[in-house]
Amino acid sequence: MNKNTRTKLITILVVLVVFTGVGVYPILASMYHWPSPSWLQQKQLKLGLDLKGGVHLVLRVETDDALRLQTDQSAEQLREALRMRTIPAMVSTPSISQIKVDGVPTAQDAAFRDASADLSTTFDRSPGTNGSYTFSMKPNVQNQLRADSVVQARQTIDRRVNELGVAEPNIAEQGTNEILVQLPGVTDVEHAKSIIGSPGLLELKIVEGGPAAKQEDLMQGGKVPEGMEIVPGNADAAGGSTVYYMVRKAAAVSGHDLTNARPSVDSNNLPAVSFTLNGEGARKFGTVTETNIGRRLAIILDNRVTSAPTIQSRITDNGQITGVTRDEVNDLSLILKSGALPAKLTYLQEQTIGPTLGADSIRSGVTASIVGLLLIVAFMLIYYKLSGINAIVALIFNLIILLGLMAYIGAVMTLPGIAGFVLTMGIGVDSNVLIFERIKEELEAQHGVRASINAGFSRVFLTLLDTHISALIAALFLIQFGTGPIRGFAYTLIIGLASNLFTSTFVSKTLFEWELSRRAHDQRQIATLSI
Amino acid sequence: MHIFTNPNYNFLRWRWHAVVLSWILILAGVAFIYTRGLAKGIEFAGGTSVIMQFDKTPSVEAVRDALNKNYPGGGQDAIVQTYGDPSLRQVMVRVPTVGAEQGASLSASAQNVEAAVRKSALGNFKVVGTEIVGPSVGADLTQKGLSAFVLSLIGILGYIAFRYEFSFAVGAVVATLHDVLVTFAFLAFFRYDLTLNVIAALLTVTGYSTNDTIVIFDRVRENMRKMRRESLSEVINISINQTLGRTVITAGTALLSAIALLLFGGEVLHGFAFTMIIGIITGTYSSVFVAAAIVTFWRRTKPSKLSTAAPAAAPVAASKKSKAQRKARAS
Repeated sequence: MNKNTRTKLITILVVLVVFTGVGVYPILASMYHWPSPSWLQQKQLKLGLDLKGGVHLVLRVETDDALRLQTDQSAEQLREALRMRTIPAMVSTPSISQIKVDGVPTAQDAAFRDASADLSTTFDRSPGTNGSYTFSMKPNVQNQLRADSVVQARQTIDRRVNELGVAEPNIAEQGTNEILVQLPGVTDVEHAKSIIGSPGLLELKIVEGGPAAKQEDLMQGGKVPEGMEIVPGNADAAGGSTVYYMVRKAAAVSGHDLTNARPSVDSNNLPAVSFTLNGEGARKFGTVTETNIGRRLAIILDNRVTSAPTIQSRITDNGQITGVTRDEVNDLSLILKSGALPAKLTYLQEQTIGPTLGADSIRSGVTASIVGLLLIVAFMLIYYKLSGINAIVALIFNLIILLGLMAYIGAVMTLPGIAGFVLTMGIGVDSNVLIFERIKEELEAQHGVRASINAGFSRVFLTLLDTHISALIAALFLIQFGTGPIRGFAYTLIIGLASNLFTSTFVSKTLFEWELSRRAHDQRQIATLSI
Repeated sequence: MHIFTNPNYNFLRWRWHAVVLSWILILAGVAFIYTRGLAKGIEFAGGTSVIMQFDKTPSVEAVRDALNKNYPGGGQDAIVQTYGDPSLRQVMVRVPTVGAEQGASLSASAQNVEAAVRKSALGNFKVVGTEIVGPSVGADLTQKGLSAFVLSLIGILGYIAFRYEFSFAVGAVVATLHDVLVTFAFLAFFRYDLTLNVIAALLTVTGYSTNDTIVIFDRVRENMRKMRRESLSEVINISINQTLGRTVITAGTALLSAIALLLFGGEVLHGFAFTMIIGIITGTYSSVFVAAAIVTFWRRTKPSKLSTAAPAAAPVAASKKSKAQRKARAS
């Protein structure tokens, strides 16, 4: 054996040992409970949700909400500014990104412009007729708000899922306004969904009227007074009929000022959630409670009054939400702690894969792999005789490297991924077919065994590169297209293509060289090749 | 061992037959899809599917009966079928609706299906899987799938034009387009649901079907340097014949693995495997009959570069002779 061949063989053996260790051993170890170090277990091939079982959710962040909120807040600021300057104009919000002002007296135009100066960072102002103005939110501000709300929603969901204690969740933004949530091993979909999708908006507002049985009872002259709003609530802790409270629109304190929330009990030993406010929140809360002793404070969760206790004394950084059931306490603390969602979420897609369904998929995938391998092995041995062994060794190397690389880079094996694995066998062996056919052709042209082998590999190499690259192009776009399982397929395909190029050229050729060097002393043998 | 010994078929003579056959298949597919619609999987159509595993498999009729009696609005729109291997005792129910696309009630239809089946005494069962897809998802996926397909075709067109020459790239891409259309036709004939997996298989076919074409084109290029006297059609025909064995064998091995998937890969991969099988067969056919024919058609309308100029860059096996020739011409 010459030195070159020996070096190549050693390289191949090292590659084989490393990839077997990383990719194949952990799978066998977990199947048969063999000992394996923890760092190796962490590198174990990850199974996708479709094989492991769990919940797959796709939600859309209603980013319109973020715009509406900004527009409403700005309109409120403008109203306040106009009130201070006693400009008698009507402010309305005709769309989620527009504020309309009507009836600015001509004499006060300059004052109005001054009052609305603050809006100029987020809105473009355009004057209309008869002292009317339209403020349209700037397109870049709109885009920014939408993008921010998606990021915030993702972060909030992230925190909630972590609080739920799900192992290895996958939460990712996809497209412009969608969030993908994958929760392996979770079976109670409804619970998970209610926690993820709960707005979690806590507001504390001073009660100005109510409780009343009907909304109309609280209105003055048939409408809600400016700066006020009517919020429904439960008549008592047990639920009961709905009653209405009139509260100030501006919240005294909101959930943004919250630092912690935990389950507790109230003075009557009923379930409650205690919360702690941050410094800023405590200061605001202190002022509000101090000046409103004796009045009622509405604790509003997601636009529903859970309770409206009377303020007994100044409170700073602690509060309690009562009027919740024992079942809700844990979830509510978790939701409040993780913060409010910036916008409403809509569920677009939901998939639950039970553990038995996943196990069935693995079983059929493994069966298909074994059958596929056996069919190809049989074919290669029949058609290429002894050289078929060479191709089979290259194929098995290919599969080991594929599994090892997937485990090492943390790619996820999915059911379509298994299909990719099986296809890699059928398509991967094509490279050997092309090389072998070329070798045959060269042998028939009487070029001698060694020259034929060399020509076979060198002439086909660029063809292989071309076929692999064109397959790679399609696979790369497949990643762009696909969700979880399809991506798993695309990754399997891509890694399979790369390792195939290595095994069908380098490994296979070295095996031929090794074979030739073994018979170097026998001239009769070297003249023939079983192919 | 050889599949063909010195084959010498005149493939290009049959190219018009091939054109007619391909168009018949594609148009039949289009007509079929137009009149009967393409069955869409849940990811594209939207809806709810519930997979239930029973202690004792009930008949499909019994489950349908349960839905007719107890599912709100009746079960006439529901698809009921046994799912996977019979030994798993699973039944899948698919309804075209989802609960209002709002918050937690997305799963209302799924819960109704479960409740309806539970009400009828069909024996104990558990829900092992559900899939609920809102109506807006499908349109988005269709658009993404189409753009992935078009972009990969453009990518392949660019790559082959770069490595070979433009007429070859056109031939390869038209052949691939042909394969996808024919595969679609067969999906429609056999009433396979269009699912994400099927689309993934179609995109794989896109990449795979160029393989055989490239192998043939590679040989055409090699032969064009050796055979200066033969016409392009002759060179192409000789090249197809020379590579015929490997074209058939490579398709064969790929088919073996796809067949293993079809027979043993389970319910979910059924459509995937079927698509691959049709794609591999039509991919091989189109490499031989379509891609090369397109090159000759294209060359006939455009004056050939090759007949007047030297072949494009010859990185593989440029014989010394042709190198010398080019050198001579260049100087």
